[in-house]
Amino acid sequence: MNHPALAEKFAKDFNRTTWHDETLWFVRQKRDRAIYPIPEFQELRTLASQIKDHTLSNLDNYLLQFEENARKNGVKVHWAADGEEHNRIVLDIIRNAPHIKGRTGPIKMVKSKSMLTEECHLNPFLQKNGVEVVDTDLGERIVQFRNEPPSHIVMPAIHLKKEDVGETFHEHLGTPKGEKDPQALTEAARQHLRQKFVEADIALTGVNFAVAETGSFVVCTNEGNADLGVNLANVHIACMGMEKLIPKVEHLSVFIRLLARSATGQPVTTYTSHFTKPAEGKEMHIVIVDNGRTQQLGRSDFRNSLKCIRCGACMNTCPVYRRSGGHSYDFTVPGPIGAILSPNIDLHKYSTLPFASTLCGSCSDVCPVKIDIHVQLYKWRQVVSKENELPAVKKWGMKGLAKMLAMPKVYNLGGKVARSALRILPHGMTHAKGMNPWAKARELPDAPKQSFKEWYSQNKKP
Amino acid sequence: MKVALFIPCYVDQFYPNVGINTLQLLEKLGVEVAYPTQQTCCGQPMANSGCEQDSKEVYHHFVDTFADYDYVVTPSGSCTYHVRKHYDIIEQTPAVQKVRKGVYELVDFLENILKVEEIPIDFPYKVGLHLSCHGQRGLRQANASEITGDKGGQILTLLKKLKGIEITQLERNDECCGFGGSFCITEEAVSARMGQDRIADHVRHGTKVLTGGDMSCLMHLEGIVKRQQVQIKVMHIVEILNGSQP
Repeated sequence: MNHPALAEKFAKDFNRTTWHDETLWFVRQKRDRAIYPIPEFQELRTLASQIKDHTLSNLDNYLLQFEENARKNGVKVHWAADGEEHNRIVLDIIRNAPHIKGRTGPIKMVKSKSMLTEECHLNPFLQKNGVEVVDTDLGERIVQFRNEPPSHIVMPAIHLKKEDVGETFHEHLGTPKGEKDPQALTEAARQHLRQKFVEADIALTGVNFAVAETGSFVVCTNEGNADLGVNLANVHIACMGMEKLIPKVEHLSVFIRLLARSATGQPVTTYTSHFTKPAEGKEMHIVIVDNGRTQQLGRSDFRNSLKCIRCGACMNTCPVYRRSGGHSYDFTVPGPIGAILSPNIDLHKYSTLPFASTLCGSCSDVCPVKIDIHVQLYKWRQVVSKENELPAVKKWGMKGLAKMLAMPKVYNLGGKVARSALRILPHGMTHAKGMNPWAKARELPDAPKQSFKEWYSQNKKP
Repeated sequence: MKVALFIPCYVDQFYPNVGINTLQLLEKLGVEVAYPTQQTCCGQPMANSGCEQDSKEVYHHFVDTFADYDYVVTPSGSCTYHVRKHYDIIEQTPAVQKVRKGVYELVDFLENILKVEEIPIDFPYKVGLHLSCHGQRGLRQANASEITGDKGGQILTLLKKLKGIEITQLERNDECCGFGGSFCITEEAVSARMGQDRIADHVRHGTKVLTGGDMSCLMHLEGIVKRQQVQIKVMHIVEILNGSQP
């Protein structure tokens, strides 16, 4: 993948880029209005960061503690080393469920939002194996109809306008052509999803926080779709990345206050659902997934990226994300956090993502758990270079530039020659759009006859 | 107090006037300023491109050039940030530590070392301030909107002392301009768009003079101003503080 190329494609539609940027900036401002009045907000960020740091440093113990307590509650706990194993485990749970085993006919699953299952590509795997999977989060359902990946981790369909949704629903749900009234479209989705909830054999949810001391977990949604699914189906499967842990219930009070405010500017999500044990006669499973997380934990410069609570605030604030769209990252988690998570998975494929940033640092300042995202972007750039994944032009260009800048005389001469060339050559040549990307949208600065150093030598030197 | 002037490479080559104004302003304020002529660059262009290993010899050259001085003053938050933050990959000799500690962005130096209180200058224009991210979030020279609604900062404090000045109220007070070093070339489309959006914000709110503490941001923004033929004069903060008029 190549971020600059995908970003250029996105930004080509000027008005749509304006709309995308403003939509996400609106969410960022909503977040600002939600956090400014809270005097202890920065203290909460520090606390959250410390709790997560502590948890990551003792992750092995907390994972075992969580497993033990969950088992005591009657929950079945499964461990998956990677996405493939995760998918196999989920399929096994489904096939061996008492009310499904030996049954013929379609198996139906409803899913509330889980970025982990996106990461593991669970949907296509299950569908190939005869399971109908319906994403019940509205945004997820929209992108599922369109056969697209989510473009944002909290607002999966944020790249779509209501007109786009109207067209999709016309095609898939039979709403009138041209219908773009949000309420009418939502009502259509509601009726459609009700049916799916009622018919479901299995409900799958993600996990926002798993509490080691109780073996319970918390799922936050705005639509109540997780609860509806879980309470109707006979089997609940909860899938979680192994970094979702926190040690104690009391720590939830820190994270719940941070999560929704950072994500959407709400004081709290509409539903904060706690799950501890299966209802009478039902099954509850938890699948704990590694899929590269242990490897990231082992990278001292990058381990604290695992503190992420998936609020998406770094996306909303990122001036690059807002103008390039989530799909330009081509990774499950887009935006700044995705740009520091993805190179851990495939450095070659995602080598342009650490460079999809001006290193402005807004992401680090907005992050509710204080991940130093822009510092890690800088550090990944060094890794990309060290692993020889830089384009050759850049690599050798930078080596040459470094040599020149370490030798004052060469630098002085080089500057003089470059300035002379800029003054002598015709504008059409110095600003040729095919040759000089700078000049596509910008004029070059005027090249002065004298550098400062030359002026100083002439006027100031004793 | 031994003070050296560091004029960043691109300022040296393209904006000598910014260097001259910096030198004159410091001298006006009674500071004896040396300008070691073997200086080149802080090494940031390579390092931000992933090549900090190649930059090491530039870092050493920078330290050798400035090791004798108590303060290294430069009209750039970005270069200051780079020396302070990223010179951690070379051996931390006393000279390296001294230079990292002694390097100062100009406005920071004016306010916190020279304790400048008065600026007796008339500047009756509507001025838009562009905060450079490295100055603002890197050196914490201005509050960040991610953290507080208070827009205070060092450059703003100085600007407000000018007589007749009006400060533009922007929709987005501290959004990045999109320069980003080699980003402005490798991610040209997004970079240009970010710059255009910043300029549009200034135009909508009546900026006549656009200023800031980093010429790199301003070079990018001026490039757009000139291409779009917008009636905005771009000036580095030191030009204003030293008495230049638009």
